[in-house]
Amino acid sequence: MIGYAMLVPAVGALLVGLVGWLTGEDEETGGNDKREAVTIVATLVTFGIVAGKILPAVLDGARPAWTLFEVVPGVPLAFEVEPLGMLFALVASGLWIPTSIYAFGYMRGHHEHNQTRFFVCFAAAIFAALGIAFAANLFTLFLFYEVLTFSTYPLVTHEGSEKAMKAGRVYLGILVFTSVTFLLFAIIWTYQLTGTLDFTDGGILAGKVGSGQATILLALFAFGTGKAALMPFHRWLPNAMVAPTPVSALLHAVAVVKAGVFTVLKVIIYIFGLDFLTVTGAAEWLCWVAAFTLLSSSIIALTKDNLKARLAYSTVSQLSYIVLGAALATTAGALGGGMHIAMHAMGKITLFFCAGSIIVFAHKTEVSQMDGLGRRMPLTMAAFFLGSMSIIGLPPMGGSWSKWYLALGAAEADHVIFVFVLMASSLLSIGYLMPVVGRAFFLPPKPWVDDHGHEHAPQTTRSEGHWTCTVPLCATAVGCILLFFFGTEVRELLLPIFGPTSAMVESIR
Amino acid sequence: MSGLPIYWMAIVLMMVGLYTVIARDNLVKKIMGLNLFQVAVIMLYVSMGKVEEGTAPILDHGHLPEGFQHFSNPLPHVLMLTAIVVGVATTALGLALAVRIKEEYGTVEEDEIVLMDQALERGEG
Amino acid sequence: MEAPTPHEVEVVHRTLTDHLPILQVIIPLLAAPLCVLLRERALVRGMAIGVAWTCLAISVTLLQHVMEHGVISYAVGGWDAPFGIEYRIDLLNAYILVVVSAIAAVVFPFGRGGEGLALNPARVHLFYAALLLCLCGLLGMAATGDAFNIFVFLEISSLASYSLIALGRGRRALRAAYSYLVMGTIGGTFFLIGIGLLYQTTGTLNIVDLHDRLQPVIGSRTVVVAFAFLVVGLGIKLALFPLHQWLPNAYTHAPAKISAFLAATATKVGFYVLLRVLFTIFGATFVFTTLRLHNLLLPMSLAAMFVGSLAAIAQTDIKRLLAYSSIAQIGYMTLGVSMGNVDGLAGGIVHLFNHAMMKGGLFLVVACVVLRTGSAKIDDMAGLGRKMPLTMAAFVVGGLSLIGVPATVGFVSKWYLVKGALERGWEPVALLILLSSLLAVIYVWRVLEVIYFRERPEGAKEVGEVDATMLIPTWILIGAAVFFGLRAELTSQVALDTARMLLGTGL
Repeated sequence: MIGYAMLVPAVGALLVGLVGWLTGEDEETGGNDKREAVTIVATLVTFGIVAGKILPAVLDGARPAWTLFEVVPGVPLAFEVEPLGMLFALVASGLWIPTSIYAFGYMRGHHEHNQTRFFVCFAAAIFAALGIAFAANLFTLFLFYEVLTFSTYPLVTHEGSEKAMKAGRVYLGILVFTSVTFLLFAIIWTYQLTGTLDFTDGGILAGKVGSGQATILLALFAFGTGKAALMPFHRWLPNAMVAPTPVSALLHAVAVVKAGVFTVLKVIIYIFGLDFLTVTGAAEWLCWVAAFTLLSSSIIALTKDNLKARLAYSTVSQLSYIVLGAALATTAGALGGGMHIAMHAMGKITLFFCAGSIIVFAHKTEVSQMDGLGRRMPLTMAAFFLGSMSIIGLPPMGGSWSKWYLALGAAEADHVIFVFVLMASSLLSIGYLMPVVGRAFFLPPKPWVDDHGHEHAPQTTRSEGHWTCTVPLCATAVGCILLFFFGTEVRELLLPIFGPTSAMVESIR
Repeated sequence: MSGLPIYWMAIVLMMVGLYTVIARDNLVKKIMGLNLFQVAVIMLYVSMGKVEEGTAPILDHGHLPEGFQHFSNPLPHVLMLTAIVVGVATTALGLALAVRIKEEYGTVEEDEIVLMDQALERGEG
Repeated sequence: MEAPTPHEVEVVHRTLTDHLPILQVIIPLLAAPLCVLLRERALVRGMAIGVAWTCLAISVTLLQHVMEHGVISYAVGGWDAPFGIEYRIDLLNAYILVVVSAIAAVVFPFGRGGEGLALNPARVHLFYAALLLCLCGLLGMAATGDAFNIFVFLEISSLASYSLIALGRGRRALRAAYSYLVMGTIGGTFFLIGIGLLYQTTGTLNIVDLHDRLQPVIGSRTVVVAFAFLVVGLGIKLALFPLHQWLPNAYTHAPAKISAFLAATATKVGFYVLLRVLFTIFGATFVFTTLRLHNLLLPMSLAAMFVGSLAAIAQTDIKRLLAYSSIAQIGYMTLGVSMGNVDGLAGGIVHLFNHAMMKGGLFLVVACVVLRTGSAKIDDMAGLGRKMPLTMAAFVVGGLSLIGVPATVGFVSKWYLVKGALERGWEPVALLILLSSLLAVIYVWRVLEVIYFRERPEGAKEVGEVDATMLIPTWILIGAAVFFGLRAELTSQVALDTARMLLGTGL
């Protein structure tokens, strides 16, 4: 089953490439119905397998596994689905569907070239994300981590302009530098120390390393996972915003960045083990780094006028919520971190969809230009409002659950200060998200000046843009609300990661 | 101690050869230096085969030639036959290359050739 | 009827299979003059390919035999070791033979004959004669167990490669060949001096016998001097930093197909002989405990890795870029040796194979480019991503392998090298290995940006995809770089066993 789930996007990528190559693309819009049809079938089938076949098994407490072969003696290419990976796979493959539909409209509306390459790399990135989600050991995870880096590079540089290439260099530079120097080093060192790289309940390092060595190793893992965007290795993410918005939405709010924090979570839970970290206090410093990243990037987000840049820094901040949750090394914290993967994904993808629609159909990129936009695109802005609420963490939005457990985790770890950090950051997120909504709905529209210097009268007639863009963003906005009501189910899915009989689990049940 | 002078000779010859290879710009002279260098090694080998009071390793009616107790070691000489062939081949190839270089550049002086190549590279750049 | 004498019994029992070690070398050696006699281009080319494939078949058979039954000892002409010349095939040289003949088998059919040569088409048969001699020399060096025989084959392969390099287009090829000839001859002669001194001390040339007889006198000055001559001589041959000066010019100006063949084999065999000298003749204890060679080899290897990579970043010619990258990659191999433990040495040995695959593949890609565009300048590759998609995709994969991305062979080498460094307690070295691979990202990406993001300039020569005779060999090597990156247990098991053998009893 795991094989099929991963095979579909891989074969999908090839088929999309083949069909796109054979049939060419539309001169004007760059679209191609046949290619798009293949894409959408691939997304549906992938999600069908993940949600329909693998999820029930995992809910029954099974951990489907698939071992291919040993790459070097003792280190196999192997997959095993555990709850955290299940959640990540669900999020990535599930959100691939609306993003693909959205991308059809967006890319055509933007008259983008090379769309075949775009959709091929997109499918390849999902293949890599699933590989990360299902990886049974650090090697397999690292393999797909790098596949993800290299498959998203052509997406970041899609525009082909000098600016895009510069951004691409930063993107690749930081991600490859951190992963090769720190993460790979940490992986080989771990293998050297323990003789295994398998993700194991309770961790594999306990008893093998002292607290000093554990601290160094954790630092290598945490900073090595550049995709988690911990400061000072966060700059690739704002740079990646040069990519077309569907990429920003699915990859740089969901698949790629979540792959980063997912790696951190997996390493902390299955390599170090929460108990081991609590005993040694090796993750203490990581809480502070995460807290710093969390607050400072929120503040930076406040200063950004460009909407996508603002959202990017918001993502950096939200990712650190998850790292903080993991670094607290408490059950509630890790649980909150895990849930936040799903909650933030749904909220942030909504915001990016909205931002993309605004760019393509209203031709606005800066927050200060968005006065009165609510009259023109009421649905889009309403979705933006719902997404913002979820990111801030207000009920009845999914985001409130994860923040609740994160705060609980901070309290459980006797670090009340981090509760305040979380609160402060939530207040800051109100500060950078709500003005967008406020301007759109409560300020009168302003005349605007286009790229050619012509002044235009404010446009007040309703025009949402193409349905392929509007429908997905409404769907994910509704998804934010649904996640509030299905919060318990998400929690129940994740609980087995702490082992079946843990007393800590009982305490939060 | 009897072996010493021949070693010194080999070393001096070797260094003369090496110096010529390094210091001369003329490609033909470089080849000569290389030859000297190889000859020095051949001498060294040949000297190894000498066994004191030994004679040429040829049986005289199935016996040692009269007045000798042992043979000299023939193996180094045999090895050197091969090494000489290698040396000749190297020299031939080196000189052939020198001829081709002369045809292409019109000179066998390395410093001039370097200047011509640099000018060419600047032209390309 | 009289009972046969024991000698005759031996002769009777020898079958063709027993002669495989020598056939490996004899076949290309005899085919070379045959080329000159046949003259017909298609015929000669076909024969060369046939010879290469036969050699591959033989070497694979030998490797299988060695893995199942252990060392093969073959006495040339029936004269037993240590008096006669012994061809001794153990795991290490069986492995090298497979690498060399596999590269030959893939590279020889590349392209249609003498394209890209500064040679009258009527005389292309001479090119193949030289190519076969070069192959013969390389295989001979790997197969023989006799120190002087190594020298002879070393010179055969070197002389052939000087003339092959001189066949490159443009007069600078001649100068490159000439400089290589001078450097190579000095290196070869140094090697000869080293052997001479060892022979003087021990009276034997058989390398196994040498090892045994050296033990009582191992610390003597003559032996140490011999060691120095051997290592420096081989250092020139395998372009060990700082003895690498000949390599960039030679690989840049040689015909692209020859660059591919030599880059993938010549330095590798040099590295093999170095391993033989260090571990089989002198033994790990002497090298690492008495002489502490790692104190010299480690800094030189690190310098090679960084100087080579940094120089590669600065190049404007793709062949020169790859050549400097080769110097860095050779640094990885010798770094593995300097660690003196199983993982590190295995990393060096497995990198020998891995680098042969990826660098051979990359040079073949360049050969395709040169044949199509007529230029090896990186700037002239602008926009080729659209014109030659399959060739350029091969370059991407090869480049990723140079960087050491997981699922490529480059990663496997890095894995063992880092592991070896950590085992040795050299954490900074482990970090430097990883950092130096980042330099590869820079030089590979520089090229990729030109290929994919720059438009083909106005008025540039119209180019198209190369034909199957070039694409297939290229993709075989590049495909191998991925296959053995995933199924690395195959190569790394051999490398680990070899490393244990070398570090253990010597042979």
